[in-house]
This record gives sequence, C-alpha cells and structure tokens, in this order.
Amino acid sequence: MKSHRAHVMLCAGTGCVSNGSFEVKAALEKELAERDLQDEIAVVMTGCNGFCAQGPVMVVQPGEVFYQLLGTKDIPHLVEEHFLKGRPVERLMYRPPVDKIPVPRMSDIGFFKKQRLIALRNRGLIDPEKIDEYIARGGYQGLSKALTEMTPESIVEEVTKSGLRGRGGAGFPTGRKWASAAKHASDEKYIICNADEGDPGAFMDRSIIEGDPHAVIEGMTIAGRAVGAHAGWVYIRTEYPIAMERLNLAISQARDYGLLGADILGSGFDFDIHVFRGAGAFVCGESSALRASIQGDPPEPSAKHIHATERGLFQKPTVLNNVETLANVPEIILRGGEWFAGIGTEGSKGTKVFALVGNVNNTGLVEVPMGTTLREIIFDIGGGMEKGKEFKAVQTGGPSGGCIPASLLDLPVDFDRLTEVGSMMGSGGMIVMDEDTCMVDVARYFLDFLRDESCGKCTACREGVDAMYQIVSRICNGHGCEGDIELLEDLGETIKDTALCGLGTSAPNPVLSTIAYFRQEYETHISERRCPAGVCKALITYSIDAEKCNGCTLCAKNCPENAISGDKKEVHTIDQSKCIKCGICRDVCRREAVLVQ
Amino acid sequence: MPKLRKEDLEQIAQRMKKAMSLREGAGRAKITVHMGTCGISAGARKIVSAVMHCLEESGAQDVIVTTSGCAGLCSREPMMTVELSGQAPVKYVDLDEAKVKRVFDEHVIGGVIVAEFALARGSEQTL
Ligand SMILES: Cc1cc2nc3c(=O)[nH]c(=O)nc-3n(C[C@H](O)[C@H](O)[C@H](O)COP(=O)(O)O)c2cc1C
Ligand code: SF4
Ligand code: SF4
Repeated sequence: MKSHRAHVMLCAGTGCVSNGSFEVKAALEKELAERDLQDEIAVVMTGCNGFCAQGPVMVVQPGEVFYQLLGTKDIPHLVEEHFLKGRPVERLMYRPPVDKIPVPRMSDIGFFKKQRLIALRNRGLIDPEKIDEYIARGGYQGLSKALTEMTPESIVEEVTKSGLRGRGGAGFPTGRKWASAAKHASDEKYIICNADEGDPGAFMDRSIIEGDPHAVIEGMTIAGRAVGAHAGWVYIRTEYPIAMERLNLAISQARDYGLLGADILGSGFDFDIHVFRGAGAFVCGESSALRASIQGDPPEPSAKHIHATERGLFQKPTVLNNVETLANVPEIILRGGEWFAGIGTEGSKGTKVFALVGNVNNTGLVEVPMGTTLREIIFDIGGGMEKGKEFKAVQTGGPSGGCIPASLLDLPVDFDRLTEVGSMMGSGGMIVMDEDTCMVDVARYFLDFLRDESCGKCTACREGVDAMYQIVSRICNGHGCEGDIELLEDLGETIKDTALCGLGTSAPNPVLSTIAYFRQEYETHISERRCPAGVCKALITYSIDAEKCNGCTLCAKNCPENAISGDKKEVHTIDQSKCIKCGICRDVCRREAVLVQ
Repeated sequence: MPKLRKEDLEQIAQRMKKAMSLREGAGRAKITVHMGTCGISAGARKIVSAVMHCLEESGAQDVIVTTSGCAGLCSREPMMTVELSGQAPVKYVDLDEAKVKRVFDEHVIGGVIVAEFALARGSEQTL
C-alpha cells in the first residue's frame, strides 16, 4: 500500500450520498490533482459516519479534523488551506448549538464523545469495499480464533457468558438460541441474518452492512461453526441497493480469500452465504414470515409450537439473528464474553445502536452502552431540542413501540427498563418529539402504519388494530365520545393477548403508552373538542391577535383560500368558513400575530 | 487467489499498518513541514516530496507527515519540525532534499538530533 501523509475519510453512507458526497469526492480528487497532491493525500470512501444531520461529512486523519455540510464549492479553499498549507478551515467545522465555537476534533464533538462503538467499531475508519482494511483492524481474527483454538461448545459458551441479547427486537439471549440449534442433530442446519429492517426511520442495520459488511459475514460464519451449519442467508430489504452491492462484493472477496467456502483458513470447516432480497412488507421481518418468504411460501407468520432452532428453514434447525447481533459476535469471540459482559446493565450487556431522529439537533446513528439514560442520548449526544423547543416525549421501539414522557428522561435505556415503562427496545428507533406534537395524532399515525402492515391472518390484529385506528381518528376529528379511552384500553389488552405474532401483540403500544402518560390530552380532545398542541385540524381555529397585527398584509397575500381580509395597516381577520387550517398565515407572519387554539 | 491461512491474516494486517495507524492518529514520530506562502515559494513542496520519498524508502510504519502554516520565521524557510513521541519538537531550517534525508535517517529513524541544521529545540505554546 502506498504511503500517503493524510487520509480523507469521506462518508459514503446513504444519507451523505444523497446529499452529494460523490460529487464532493470528484471535486476533491480534481482539486488535489490540480495541486499535485494526489500522491500525498488519499481519499477514502467510508460507511456511514453517523452524524447524518451534518452530511456530507469528512474526517481528516491524522488529526481527526471533522468537516461538515460540505459542498463542491468548498473544496478548492479546503484543499489549499488544509492540505497545502496545513491550516484547518474553521468555517467548515461543527459548531455546537449553544456556544457556536467551532470544534475541530471529531472526538471533542458532543455527538461522538459519549458513544462507545462495538457493533460500529470500524465506522468511518475503513473502506467497506476493501477486505484488507477490515483485516487490518482485527477483522477475521475472531473467526480464526473460533476455528483454530475453540470447540463449537466453547464458542456457544463464550457467547452465553457475554450476555448478548438479540438486537432485532425481542432481546432473546443469543447464546441460548445457539445452544438449542447446536443440540439438535441434523444433516443440514442454517444461519439466517435478518436485514429486513422494516421500521420506518430505522437505518442501523443498513449502516452496519454499508459500512462494515465483513463484520456480519464473520459473525454469521462463527455462528455456523458454533451450531454446525454450513449455509447462511442474509435476508435483506430490497430498498437497500448500496448495502446489497457492498455485501455482495464483500462475500466475493471473502470467498477469494478462502474466508467463505470450503476448508476456511485450513480448518476443515465449510460455510457459505447467500443473499436473499426481501419481499417488502413490514411483517416479513418476523421470524416465521421471513422463513416462509425464503422458502417461496406466502410471507405470513405462523404459530410457533416448535422452535426454529429445532425445525426452521426447510424444516432444518435454524438460527435467525439480526445484523447488529451478528456484528457484535467477532468482538465477543476475540475479546471474550467476560469483556462484553462488563459493559452495560444487569440484564442487558454491551451497547445498542439507535437511529436518533425527530425534533432533535443532531439526528443520526449513535451507539451507546446499555444503561445510558434517555437524557444523555437526547441532550448530550443529540445536542438537545431543535429550535430551543420543549421536550415532550420520545418514541422508542419502532412503529409498535411506546412514547415516554419527560418525567422519565433519566431512565437508563435497556431491554427491561423500556418494557417496564410500556415501550420497548425494538430494533433501536428513537423519535424525539417537541411541544408542538399531539400525542393522539402520533398514536393515530402509528396505528395507520400498523393496520396497513397487518398480514390479516388473525382477527384480533386485522380487525382490532383497524378498530383502534377508527376510534383514535374519530377523537382527532372532534367526534370522540365519552368512554372511548376505556374502549381503547380494553381493545388494546385483548389484541395483546390474542394476536399470533409480535406485530399484533405490540400494535396497541403506541395507544396504551400515550393514554398512560398523556391521558389528559385525549380527554381534552374528547370533552373540550380541543387539540392542545394545535395539530388536529378539526379541533383548531386560526385567529389574528388585534394587539399584535400591524396590517402588513403578508398573511392575506399568502393564504391559498383568500380567507384573510383587511386593509393595509389595519388589523386583519380570518373568515372561518373559508379557512382550511393550513397554517401558512402563521408561518409567514413576522409578528407572531396569528394564534392557533 | 491463494486461500488464506491463519498467519496470512497477521501479514495483511502488518502490511496495512501504516495506513491504519495514520487513521488512528497514532505515530511514533511526527514531521511537520511549514507551508505558508513564504515556505511554498522557498520550496516547501519539494521538502514534502523528499520526506514522502524517505518514508517510502525506509518502509517506516509509524511516522506521520503533516503540513502547517508559516512558522513565523520566513527568512529561514523551508523549515520542518520533527517531534518524536514524548520528546520536545525540533525545528530544522534552510532545508534542501539532502538535508531532509539526513534528518530523516538520523533523527526520525535513529533518534539523534542533527544539530547542525536545527534551529532550536522546543516550540511555542499553542493553545
Ligand atoms: C412484525 C415484526 C417485524 C420484525 N422485523 C424485524 C426486522 O426487520 N429485523 C430484525 O432483525 N428483526 C425483526 N423482527 C424480529 C424477528 O422476528 C426476530 O426476533 C429477530 O430477527 C431475531 O434475531 P435476534 O435474536 O438477533 O434479535 C420482527 C418481528 C416482528 C414481530
Ligand atoms: S398478529 Fe397480525 S401480523 Fe401477526 S400474524 Fe396475526 S394478523 Fe398477521
Ligand atoms: S401577517 Fe401578521 S402582522 Fe401581517 S397582517 Fe397578517 S396577522 Fe397582521
């Protein structure tokens, strides 16, 4: 490998790519060549850096200088200043929302400082398309150890000791799952990696595959050795083209090196991996539906009288693990289960990756030790609320997770604590909501998603979730009745008890948790016909405050329905019969004279 | 493509070490070439190339090369600063390619300061 004096680690995760990181790369290479620096400075395209809110981002090494929101027009100046003259460009550095002083070093930025990377250990440090770079960071050492120094039993034992629990939603102990599959004798056994990631807004699994595909391959191969499987599938969402491409490339590189295929590392162990494109529905991520999909059957959940670890894919013992679960495995084998068990909480070991989105300043991908509080994640890493608004709730666990109120911000995040407060870990979605969010409307939104995604197999889920949606909609539309809240609670409990798969049993969570913490808001909708957050259109009216209005006419000019009248420099008024409640007048008024009630 | 054995993994890692240690910001020695406008016109670009050449030739894995702005002593350009980890930085002045080679071999690799080209040991306090 040629020596360079600096490496520009430019993010090529999906977020940065859509914001133009390949254009930035082209501009950078052109400018470096023009200044004859192309042999001194290397440009490396990495997987997702995590700080998606500021993309495209790059980190210059050595020195860890972090640049953000890059455009092609910034490049000539950047190359001249930083790469030629060695003067980092402050203008392109991160500025924290409060004190606005540029922070040059990546690890000094709050967003990165509190993170601990295990599943994302190679984030931004390697080119995911080069297997040698993965190997240089200790890659395939775990596999090598597993194949040459350990027995299958001791691998299972190590994973059990680590306390690793599945990152795909249910949090089932991985060691126990592997032990069960290992125990059942069979001519064939299978490993499946679940990369379906159907939660809207989630992108942790996509990021891991895009940024470090070999970590997943290595984890699957170790799992294969542990349980005695020789074939694996990665079930990947069709909407992930970049991830799929990098995964396929990584698999072929691993085969070339003999890290997949026959007689891996000369150990006599054979294992190979196939990639299967997902069928597209949310329910396909559920274990039995996913297996049906690979087998060519209709992708519907089925009853689980027999464990998949005994009779799973094609009736053979099968281990299904999530992408992030598997990405943790090589490190556990290499460093030992005890090391991993030393991180996290009593019942949840290691770290968890979250997709932090919503009304928070630093949206992106974060990995923190289990037990980190919601407050630390949202305020220290997330940089607090957008536009200085009040925090209202955080929704965790994906569409069927729950909403957690401000009073629980100091909750240490782990599997059991989230369940205790009526939410769940799920796959790690985290949506932050501010004071302008209506919790009834939020419940309606998730129910709408879930009733669409219900496969329809069981009545409780098919009819029950739809019925809940109709009731919540009616409340939002101003037709809520006395007793609706109790009805929702009853329905929710029934669905929870009778649905077949996890989609149905968790579908009532968004409603039940918002009722538990924001009951008053439901009641106000029903008895006062009022939406306190000013979101539900049927329940709000726009009006103009005569004290504040100076008659600038801006709102009247912008109203699409011509519902606002008033002479220049006179107080304006809104004709309620014409108003469609689009809120444009409120957005354009510079005097905050438009009120919503 | 020959199939890998256990030892080969180690070898690949060794071969990649230079690039990786650069990214992790770890290095035993750091060479900074001063590239203000004055430095560039005095030939600092050639000094960087000479350093890179020495680096390539020696195969050293743990030396970081960076540039920085004008060192404030324009009359003595081209200049560079050599800093071995745990030791005070040394500034070298009036450099040319031959001098770079000696500094590289004797100081960066050998650990002995080349006193005849050195300006002074130490560096101003920065922050
Ligand atoms: C409706 C539904 C959707 C699911 N979607 C996913 C998914 O997209 N990815 C995933 O890893 N697990 C998903 N799961 C969880 C899987 O059924 C399964 O528990 C998991 O993949 C097992 O791996 P783990 O033990 O490593 O978490 C889903 C479950 C349900 C009920
Ligand atoms: S609970 Fe819902 S999604 Fe799951 S099997 Fe029943 S109908 Fe289908
Ligand atoms: S934009 Fe505001 S200030 Fe201007 S006329 Fe409308 S309400 Fe009055």
